[in-house]
Amino acid sequence: MRPVAVVGIGKTAFGAFPDRDLRSLAVEAGAKCLAEAHVSPDKIEAFYLGNFAGPSFVGQNHLAPYVAGGLGIEGVPCTRFEAACASSGSAFFHAVSSVAAGLYDLVLVCGVEKMTSQPTPVVSEILAGAGDTGGEVRAGATFPALFGMIARRHMHQFGTTREHLAAVAVKSHSNGAKNPLAHMRKVITMEQALAGKPIAEPLTVYDCSLISDGAAAALVAPLERASEFTAKPARVLAIAQTSDAVALDHKADITTFRAVRLAGEKAYKMAGLSPADIQFAEVHDCFTIAEIVATEDLGWVKKGEGGRYALEGRTCLHGERPLNASGGLKAKGHPVGATGVGQICDVVMQIRGEAGDLQVARNEVGLAENLGGSGATAVVTILGAS
Amino acid sequence: MSHRGVVYTETVVHAAPPQFVADAPYQLAIVDLEGGERRTVRILGGRVRIGDAVEFAEDRHGIAFFRKKEGGL
Repeated sequence: MRPVAVVGIGKTAFGAFPDRDLRSLAVEAGAKCLAEAHVSPDKIEAFYLGNFAGPSFVGQNHLAPYVAGGLGIEGVPCTRFEAACASSGSAFFHAVSSVAAGLYDLVLVCGVEKMTSQPTPVVSEILAGAGDTGGEVRAGATFPALFGMIARRHMHQFGTTREHLAAVAVKSHSNGAKNPLAHMRKVITMEQALAGKPIAEPLTVYDCSLISDGAAAALVAPLERASEFTAKPARVLAIAQTSDAVALDHKADITTFRAVRLAGEKAYKMAGLSPADIQFAEVHDCFTIAEIVATEDLGWVKKGEGGRYALEGRTCLHGERPLNASGGLKAKGHPVGATGVGQICDVVMQIRGEAGDLQVARNEVGLAENLGGSGATAVVTILGAS
Repeated sequence: MSHRGVVYTETVVHAAPPQFVADAPYQLAIVDLEGGERRTVRILGGRVRIGDAVEFAEDRHGIAFFRKKEGGL
């Protein structure tokens, strides 16, 4: 396997954009990425699109060639990857794998979701399709309900508190307020976070990520060719995709995401690094409890200590290990199919030193963790300055 | 399916999907059933907590409803 790098990135703002359609968002991100790397569309050898539910949200199928056509990419393999909220993380994993294997040199990966054209209850119903529709969903579970049950169990076993969850939200909003591309640029206080409207107990509206429109793109190439496209390539030090049961009630222990643990272990081994070597990360905070569990599953704290780790401020922008400097899914927004590649873009910006007011101090080694459903897919990527 | 079990985790859903809006807020629990099966069920009557003993109450359109078992374990 040969070394691989990210040699271009492109993102739209994340938010509610009633006058934008799915393709225009994806094309904006893809075109920005190609322009940044000075690559014309005819040089792209494969196009991988991450999208969770375009057919349900906007009624469009056959999305990969549909978007590629808008970018001027034709005649090459154009494939859509669906893995719930890890859709574009999975697309990125397969792009890196195919370039590493020598199958292609230039693969454009894009992630997109257009969610806000549907009312919230319908969005919730479409998202629930990432769960077990014959079991938990049929009984009345929504995604907030599944993560509410994870939070309850975590609280029961480890003494995690509402304040611990709220600390994640307060931190993410503080970061998101400084991100010009974030959906919600509003600082919140601990008091506000604790007094939020209940969604699925113990989770309130401040524990839940946002329903957003948006797209992100990354250009993947062999490291040996990176200098043709950029002065600041980000080397893919490791990447792993793993899986687990879709239904929450089919998991032996719901206070951990087994798929994340496995992906983390594989990625650390592949990169020859330990958890302590990760200086900053974008983690999948679809709900505040998911960020707390991620800090445990990725080995930064012992099992059960994630809540206290968040409350102590060690994951803040200027803490020992900044998490979700971008504002995370909580404040940056969560257009589900765009999230995985969006995280890659945010880590690459940090490695390049281009994150502006959100720049972390130590930026040589960063990690991105993308989670699908209640943990049935995980993708962990470690990127470094090459 | 066994008719008795213990609550492994639970939540009260306030923001319900379209088909259950009339039921909200409602309690949902994952129950460890006698015999080892783990299942997501709805709760009838008083709210339950982790560790509570529950028993099958009724089936509504294929959804199992449980309630707190009188007299505990």
